[in-house]
Amino acid sequence: MANAQPDSRRHAAGCNKLGLFSTAIPLLLFAGLCYVWPEVIRGRVFQIQWPWMPSLDLCLRFRLDGLSLLFSLIVTGTGFFVALYSSSYMAGHPNAGRFFIFLHAFMIAMLGIVTADNLLLLFVFWEATTVLSYLLIGFDHESDTARNNARQAILVTGAGGLALLIGILLLKTAGGSFTLSQWVASDDQIRQHALYPFIFIMVLLGAMTKSAQFPFHFWLPNAMSAPTPISAFLHAATMVKAGIYLLMRFHPLLGGTTAWMGTLVVVGGITALWGAVQALGPCDLKRVLAYTTMMALGILTMFLGGQTTPALTAAATFLLVHALYKASLFLAVGSIDHETGTRRLDRLGGLWRPMPLTALAVAAATMSMAGFPLFFGFIGKEIMYKGALTEEMFPFFATTAALLSNALMTAVASIILLGPFTGKRPTTMATVCEAPWTMRLGPGIMGGLGILFGIIPGWVSDNLIQPAVLAFHPAKEEVRLAFFHGFNTPLLLSIITLTMGGLIYLFRHSIRVFITAAIDRLPVTSQRIYQNSLDLFMKTADIITNGLQNGSLHTYLAVIVFSMIAAVGWPWINSALTAFRTPQTTGHMTAVGLVVLISAATVVVITAKKRLAAIGGLGAVGAGVALTFLVFGAPDIALTQLLVETLTVIIVSLVLLKLPSIESAKKRSVPRRAVDAFLSLAAGLLIASLLMGIGSNPLDRSLTAFFEAQSYLTAHGRNIVNVILVDFRSLDTLGEITVVVLAAWAGVALIRRSKER
Amino acid sequence: MQSVILKTATRLMVGLILIFAIYLLLRGHHEPGGGFAAALVAGTAFALFAITEGPGKVRRAVRLRPATIAMAGLGVAVAAGLPALFMSRPFLTGIWWNVGTNLAVGTPLIFDIGVFLAVLGAILSILLALEED
Repeated sequence: MANAQPDSRRHAAGCNKLGLFSTAIPLLLFAGLCYVWPEVIRGRVFQIQWPWMPSLDLCLRFRLDGLSLLFSLIVTGTGFFVALYSSSYMAGHPNAGRFFIFLHAFMIAMLGIVTADNLLLLFVFWEATTVLSYLLIGFDHESDTARNNARQAILVTGAGGLALLIGILLLKTAGGSFTLSQWVASDDQIRQHALYPFIFIMVLLGAMTKSAQFPFHFWLPNAMSAPTPISAFLHAATMVKAGIYLLMRFHPLLGGTTAWMGTLVVVGGITALWGAVQALGPCDLKRVLAYTTMMALGILTMFLGGQTTPALTAAATFLLVHALYKASLFLAVGSIDHETGTRRLDRLGGLWRPMPLTALAVAAATMSMAGFPLFFGFIGKEIMYKGALTEEMFPFFATTAALLSNALMTAVASIILLGPFTGKRPTTMATVCEAPWTMRLGPGIMGGLGILFGIIPGWVSDNLIQPAVLAFHPAKEEVRLAFFHGFNTPLLLSIITLTMGGLIYLFRHSIRVFITAAIDRLPVTSQRIYQNSLDLFMKTADIITNGLQNGSLHTYLAVIVFSMIAAVGWPWINSALTAFRTPQTTGHMTAVGLVVLISAATVVVITAKKRLAAIGGLGAVGAGVALTFLVFGAPDIALTQLLVETLTVIIVSLVLLKLPSIESAKKRSVPRRAVDAFLSLAAGLLIASLLMGIGSNPLDRSLTAFFEAQSYLTAHGRNIVNVILVDFRSLDTLGEITVVVLAAWAGVALIRRSKER
Repeated sequence: MQSVILKTATRLMVGLILIFAIYLLLRGHHEPGGGFAAALVAGTAFALFAITEGPGKVRRAVRLRPATIAMAGLGVAVAAGLPALFMSRPFLTGIWWNVGTNLAVGTPLIFDIGVFLAVLGAILSILLALEED
């Protein structure tokens, strides 16, 4: 189940026109961002605001600063290439239209997350990306695996979203503001608040689930059942970075405490290492890439645990490095899959000759991933080691984790490049040809940027990284990226990384066997815990549903009556006894007669041998109640009650005459009948005591007085009940008749259905 | 049900009961009655008719489908709230044309007719569905 099966059918050639045209959306957005880019670099912050729900402190407030700009550029840039790529990749797919709608909707939602200046608004977009991710993972909805994986993703990230909402509300309780840009002022107040640990844990849970941090990482590799461009866009370049973005935004407000630094460094380090180790295992190229994404997310989290400028600069730099090479690699893997029909490492080889341009793009991307000098990845790695060495908590652990996972990354990068493209081409792939230009452009340009940025790190630093870092970390010192920082510890560590990576690559076969065996032996994995709790949940739901909804009307009634007795009777039980102790002695004889009539009718209902007699008895009880209303001066209610009773007797007799004889009910076991008797008596006594309790206190007659006074004056009616129904409270009546009509509709459906059987 | 007495009585009664229902509906604003009670009375008349002559005859006599009647009732009730909106007052505010002592005509009366139709439609649909085998 865990292995998403490689897509064996070849996709149709050609190009989806709708997809091609829709690339205008991200392209125009990207152009717009480029237009404001120079202003943002100069420190200007763009802000717009519309009211939405002022009573909830929710407003459509958007803000574009350096950090938002970096993320928005990544989102729209990759969005453009992914949409362009998909126009060929999805060509001929029956649901291609839906695909592009989801894709662009996701992009808008993601832009919403990174530009929202209101926490609740951010949460709305956050949930939107969760839902769209669910729809896209399960895009191939006829496959069981895809559906299960989609459900897993939405359960994990959705639960995290709820945690985030709790965190946001707690933050408000603790005196924080929903407006992100107001945070700098109320600096230490939240960190010293008693609620701080809870806010921190909840926000962290949101970020950890979204960004696939250990132990919530397991949904990400399974999310690879989405179409490959989606994996490139959502599950590599953008959506999984939403958690990282959240941590960056919360950094000035919640960061800097021991809990924050310690947790993030440890969680991030473990995630990075665990992801990097697992990346060596699978044969499916997409799963390999998924694990490397997990490693990258771990590294990012680890550096956000830091408080120093180098650590945070490392996070921002690596964010860009990773987005570029990972999106490029995913798209290239999609091209391989598209052209050859498989993405399994053991079936691929020698593709550099038929697919030279894709090979070139992959080469550029993997070199950046491995961190070879001259590539942007090298710059990222240098600043990473510099950052790790200056971490305030566990610098040794951070450095080791970064070193080991980077070495593993180097090895994995070699596997991704050398596996499919070198060696002997399988005979089945003799006719393979290069992907169309739409599918080469994205990987090519993003891979190329990996080289370009590696050559001009100073420009990238000034125009992208530093404005982003400045937005969430008002730096005292500037950390500028440079091509060569001199002979220092980070350089030494880089050399060690490349050497170790080479060694791991050489021994990759034995290491893979070892890792696969070791993972199989693990007693507990997150995936299994998830599966077991889901199974348990389903079983419990089954048991409860089958217990409550067993199809027996008798049980339904018993449960409903019991619930009412328990819920109402529990708080009332003490006052119930006093209510009985104050009997009303001022009743006149008619009332006594009515009580006798109702009691006699009740006896008839209980002892009746035939259903018709029981129904007649019930009707007599109802008529008795109606007469009571009449005697105590409520002719309107009495009339309605009497009419309802008449009609009820008609309808009930129509139904009950078709039921089996009442004798069968009397053959029920004694304990069961005793329970029924107890429930009936308890319900009756409860209602009686409640009514007596109400009657023992003087009623507040101010409402009655108001209606009596106003009924004729303002509503021109002397029948107060009717005036209330059709004039004073007519909106309530409108709701009630709607319910009546809907109930009738449901009733008719049930009757027809049972007749069809 | 084959009973000559019931059949003959029903023929006479149904019309009278329906007239009584309309009387209840119109007088409801001042005296006991109103749309809900009127619908129950009319429902009883149709129940009587259905028991003696069968639900098919009721359907043919009513012509409209019960669900249509119910929906029309909801529509009338909502429409009764609209004039107030045009006079820039809250939805469903009562607007009166004639404030008489016997019959007051205004949107509340239209609203009450909507209640009558909605409840009658609901009763008829259940009743006829139960009667039909």
